[in-house]
Amino acid sequence: MTTGKEYAELEWPIDIAITLIWVVLAINVFGTVIRRRERHIYVAIWFYIATLVTVAVLHIVNSIELPVSLLKSYPVYAGVQDALVQWWYGHNAVAFFLTTPYLGLMYYFLPKAANRPVYSYRLSIIHFWSLIFLYIWAGPHHLLYTALPDWAQSLGTVFSIMLLAPSWGGAINGLLTLRGAWDRVREDAVLKFMAVAITAYGMATFEGPLLSLKNVNAISHYTDWTISHVHVGALGWNGFLTFGILYWLVPRMWGTTLYSKKMANLHFWVGTLGIVVYASSMYWAGITQSLMWKQFTAFGVLQYPNFLETVTQIIPFYIIRALGGSLYLIGALVMIYNLVRTARQGKLAAEEEVQVPARWDEAPHVRENRHRWLEKRPIQFALVATGAILIGGMVELIPTFLVATNIPTIASVKPYTPLELEGRDIYVREGCYTCHSQMIRPFRSETERYGEYSKAGEFVYDHPFQWGSKRTGPDLHRVGGKFPNFWHFMHMDDPRSVSPGSIMPAYPWLFTQDFDTAIIARKIRAMQTLGVPYPKEYDRQALTDMKAQAEGIAADLQKQNAPADPSKEIIALIAYLQRLGTDIAVPQQ
Amino acid sequence: MLSQYLEAIEGVATYPIISLLVFVPFFVGVVIYVLRMKKEDEDRMSKLPLN
Repeated sequence: MTTGKEYAELEWPIDIAITLIWVVLAINVFGTVIRRRERHIYVAIWFYIATLVTVAVLHIVNSIELPVSLLKSYPVYAGVQDALVQWWYGHNAVAFFLTTPYLGLMYYFLPKAANRPVYSYRLSIIHFWSLIFLYIWAGPHHLLYTALPDWAQSLGTVFSIMLLAPSWGGAINGLLTLRGAWDRVREDAVLKFMAVAITAYGMATFEGPLLSLKNVNAISHYTDWTISHVHVGALGWNGFLTFGILYWLVPRMWGTTLYSKKMANLHFWVGTLGIVVYASSMYWAGITQSLMWKQFTAFGVLQYPNFLETVTQIIPFYIIRALGGSLYLIGALVMIYNLVRTARQGKLAAEEEVQVPARWDEAPHVRENRHRWLEKRPIQFALVATGAILIGGMVELIPTFLVATNIPTIASVKPYTPLELEGRDIYVREGCYTCHSQMIRPFRSETERYGEYSKAGEFVYDHPFQWGSKRTGPDLHRVGGKFPNFWHFMHMDDPRSVSPGSIMPAYPWLFTQDFDTAIIARKIRAMQTLGVPYPKEYDRQALTDMKAQAEGIAADLQKQNAPADPSKEIIALIAYLQRLGTDIAVPQQ
Repeated sequence: MLSQYLEAIEGVATYPIISLLVFVPFFVGVVIYVLRMKKEDEDRMSKLPLN
């Protein structure tokens, strides 16, 4: 069960549940902020407010979908538009779920742990406004060299490079907070974790803009380089900041001291080593594979025409990666043990005496300034922050939705047949897009390997788009007609039988489960609602057509003595795979 | 589908431009405010987590 959109895989009932619980969280947080006893809202809370409102906007816009059953829906957007909305969401899910709340945590817990105020409060104000404003524009850098309109790609690149300024502003502000306390960083595990976390943030946010340059992205995209980049952020920044906070917080919550400082230091070193091993192996794997994809011989043909060669080459790095990940996990287990022992030796201070003075006096402030006015009012503050993030979204999304020339239609591109549509839903359900892209970039190394590069107009009936962002296996956009049905039949049953050395899993259940015939009419009607031009009342005809096409494929397979049953899911999947990328005729060279 | 809704809004194409023109002065204002901020105010705010 999945919607087939990265980081937004959850189906519509869960999307609604998420929305409701997020509202509950927002009421609780805003209620707390409104009842606060300190007049000024400290900068950490600004970041939490931005998180609350932005995640809400992103989640709702990207999850607008038309349900066809309890656990299946189609997004209202298709193809290029779906891709743009998805990555506007996807990039900012990283920004506003893993960056802004963590910056809030940094601005609170780092001064606490270092016992000194943040280096520059002025810088933190600039940091906040520029970060939330710029971040929201950067999404299209996930779609460089794809069929997305060029202007949108450039917009993503420009804002990603500008983003370096606030990101480093924040990282420098964090590191400089430790000025004069570096001797304690040597002793204190909490500060060690935090210093490495901020450094990892600085490195990841330096690398991000570089990866947004088209010439760098041409090498990095679809490879493990991206995997390395995000893990420096996730393991280094998010993980280590969390660990630092926990080591600081747990002893205070249980009114005691940490059970073992040695163990905390061990965790720090094992974890750091784990990140280094993980990241460096993935950098190496990504660059190796990318260069192999692009390598031509002196005669002008691909040196590694078999995609699998480029996969088996990097398998050792996957083993090293698993080692790095295990080290990191072991460190975390040591921490859990340490913290449990810490909690056991203390007593939970469940009810803490309020030590803040009563609410500020309501006497008017001497000289009111507009930003000061804002800093005291959480609701107005949230509205302004929402405005700031909506601006980027509007500039990015509205033109693509409106201007017809942005997505040129191609007359020969037709809607999927009912069987292909069902096969496509199986493709989505099995998560094929996590390892296979459907987006051939306009490079000679890609058109030689896969065929004609992908055009925006080919995806206009794709709800959802399935461009993917990682090629653990080859691109599939032009796989239609490349192999006989029998090849696909064997391949899905046992990938190694036709591709020795393949690391793809087998999909045996496709051969035993019947494809869904009960709701195909409803699916066709849903597609019509979304603007797919099936003939009027085609929903009544769909099932007959579906069965006829399945019989045809099964008959072809039976000719090769394959035990094919026309009612099984594998038949629908083959129908879809054989259709892929065949709508536009490519002249034979 | 969504594009149909958007098309129904008159002059929607100018919205992004208007919003950009709203944000830029706001941001300039924030910068000016920050530069003119009083040292004692800044100290007080930055010490909030420590008190």
